[in-house]
Amino acid sequence: MSWTDLQSDMAKQGYVASDELSMAVYLALMLGRPLLLEGAAGVGKTEIARVLAAVRQTQLIRLQCYEGLDASQAIYEWNYQRQLLTIRAAAEDGQTGRAVEDRLFSDEFLLERPLLKAIRQPEPPVLLIDEIDRADEEFEAFLLEILADYQITIPEMGTIKAITRPMVILTANGTRDLSDALRRRCLYAHVAYPDRATELAILQARQPGIETVLAEQIVGFVQSLRKEELEKTPGIAEMLDFAAALMGLGLSDLTRDPVALQAALATLLKTETDRANITTEVAQRLAGRAA
Amino acid sequence: MSRVTRFAARDPGPAARLSGFMAHLRANGLRLGVMETELALRALTHVQAADPNQTRLALRAVCTGSAEESELFDDLFDSYWLNGGRVVQKVMPSPQKQGQESVHSSRTANGDTRASGAGKATAPETGKDEAETGGTGKLIASLTNTLMKRDLRDLVQPEEIAQAEIIARRLGVALRDRLSRRRRVAQKGDRIHFRRLMRQSLTTGGEPLRLPRKNRPDRPLKIVALCDVSGSMTLYAQVFLAFLAGLMRSDGTADAYLFHTRLIRITEALRDKDTLRALGRLSLMADGFGGGSRIGASLDRFAHTYARRFVNRRTVVLILSDGYDTDAPERIGAALSTLRKRGCRIIWLNPLKGWTRYAPIAAGMQAALPHLDLFHPANRLADLAALEPEFARL
Repeated sequence: MSWTDLQSDMAKQGYVASDELSMAVYLALMLGRPLLLEGAAGVGKTEIARVLAAVRQTQLIRLQCYEGLDASQAIYEWNYQRQLLTIRAAAEDGQTGRAVEDRLFSDEFLLERPLLKAIRQPEPPVLLIDEIDRADEEFEAFLLEILADYQITIPEMGTIKAITRPMVILTANGTRDLSDALRRRCLYAHVAYPDRATELAILQARQPGIETVLAEQIVGFVQSLRKEELEKTPGIAEMLDFAAALMGLGLSDLTRDPVALQAALATLLKTETDRANITTEVAQRLAGRAA
Repeated sequence: MSRVTRFAARDPGPAARLSGFMAHLRANGLRLGVMETELALRALTHVQAADPNQTRLALRAVCTGSAEESELFDDLFDSYWLNGGRVVQKVMPSPQKQGQESVHSSRTANGDTRASGAGKATAPETGKDEAETGGTGKLIASLTNTLMKRDLRDLVQPEEIAQAEIIARRLGVALRDRLSRRRRVAQKGDRIHFRRLMRQSLTTGGEPLRLPRKNRPDRPLKIVALCDVSGSMTLYAQVFLAFLAGLMRSDGTADAYLFHTRLIRITEALRDKDTLRALGRLSLMADGFGGGSRIGASLDRFAHTYARRFVNRRTVVLILSDGYDTDAPERIGAALSTLRKRGCRIIWLNPLKGWTRYAPIAAGMQAALPHLDLFHPANRLADLAALEPEFARL
């Protein structure tokens, strides 16, 4: 498999990836390195993991990071309530000692969380660690350790080594600076908003029935909208929603029905200020330019 | 389209050229180690290395680590591999020469006056900084420094420090009142610590007799204070320095810096047990006290050096300055936004804000405003004391 094959495989799954991104994903696969993706919200960082899992026909395991995420949520936890019940039951039956203890700390009572689950798969899965910059530094350090040698130590059971190496994808959108150590460990790709041609290809891949004229207008409109001063710039998902909304409203030309266009803007503009800034006149001007 | 660079005939081969390229990237500020060189070589075995475009994409994925580096990369790649067909005589630059070159380029590029004798002892030990502390800084610095030596002992009285210490301690307490989101074992707590419960119940035959608890421990915020001691701030320096001294003595984790045309770390000096000796040490460092102010450059330097080590999301950065800057105001904005990315909170205390009809029209202050969590007047110790409720709310 070469990197262009990967690119076309991803395209078949409906993901249009730039050369830069395809190469980064390809090298991450070949070299067995984690891949760090950075970019604004809504440019399709998370989607890559899903598509990659589909291309490789493996499982996608996702770990959503948040502030205060800790080992018991990310790696493993014992099912304490069940263990307590088992101890009581064992006492009733007159069992004691090692046998009970061995049973208590066995797989049966282990709650696998994403990281442990990922390294215990027989087939290498795609592990998505989403929005790593939301987790705090302690967790980052922890993650580094796992990414370095793909093994996890559980005091009661011993060290669990990875059966297969998962393909790791980390995403971040700049909530805070990531540590240099983490950046060094990973391959890196910056995912930007797509250019006009790429975005058109994405729209046509996701909405096969759309008319070419309308598709070009939509992409032109969204592209020029991104250049406006907005609090929240619309991403690709918003653009697709917008297209779906317009098709649902039965519009075939953006400039024809200002009221319907204004209504459909609800899919693109997500804050009150942005709604107020893009008045009917502004929207019509942008649509006129896109046509 | 530029043509591919030709290499000298005696050059040892592709591996050497690649490590030459890595040295070229390093000289331009990318942080790369031996591991990356090895990884880059391995990466090239997976693509058609003879195709410049594929090589570019592959090396970009391996060598860059942030959006800024990613932007730089294309030019750096072109200048090394596609150098208009010119012959590169020597693939591996000798390390010493390279160090000097990087000093020159960084200086002429942004007109920096980073070098400082006084800050040297506590400067972070990265290769880049070592290179920059050597040499040419004096020439530029003397353009704006008044080189006025002033004995700070005339300025700050020990009694004031004692008073400031009390205030600083109270502020510290207001900031420390934070709870972690994670729970730890504790004597008293709102939840049961199951893990420990299981362990302890084993000793009593599976019967949980004692219920260990867990709660959310304190997560104190750390204060980092940056004090402007330029000419326009001389009037207020007394108050602020006393405050800093008090802060350092009451809070073992706090950190303090002075800046005028340069940035100087004064934490160690202020921690001196003897108050008078602390001020004496400070006077030695405060060369240029009361001179020009370069807030933008100082903040920028802080954001890119010390902040990497001392500032994280549990930090409050306290800036004591009037915002009158001789640098371009955009630099303040850029530096503060870099600083903010570290997740800290930024408080700006401006002595002028206490005046009636003050408006933050100084360009520097304007540029800073969008990045601040709190913008407050302060020109007396009492004003600092009044900040307590504000701090508690952060």
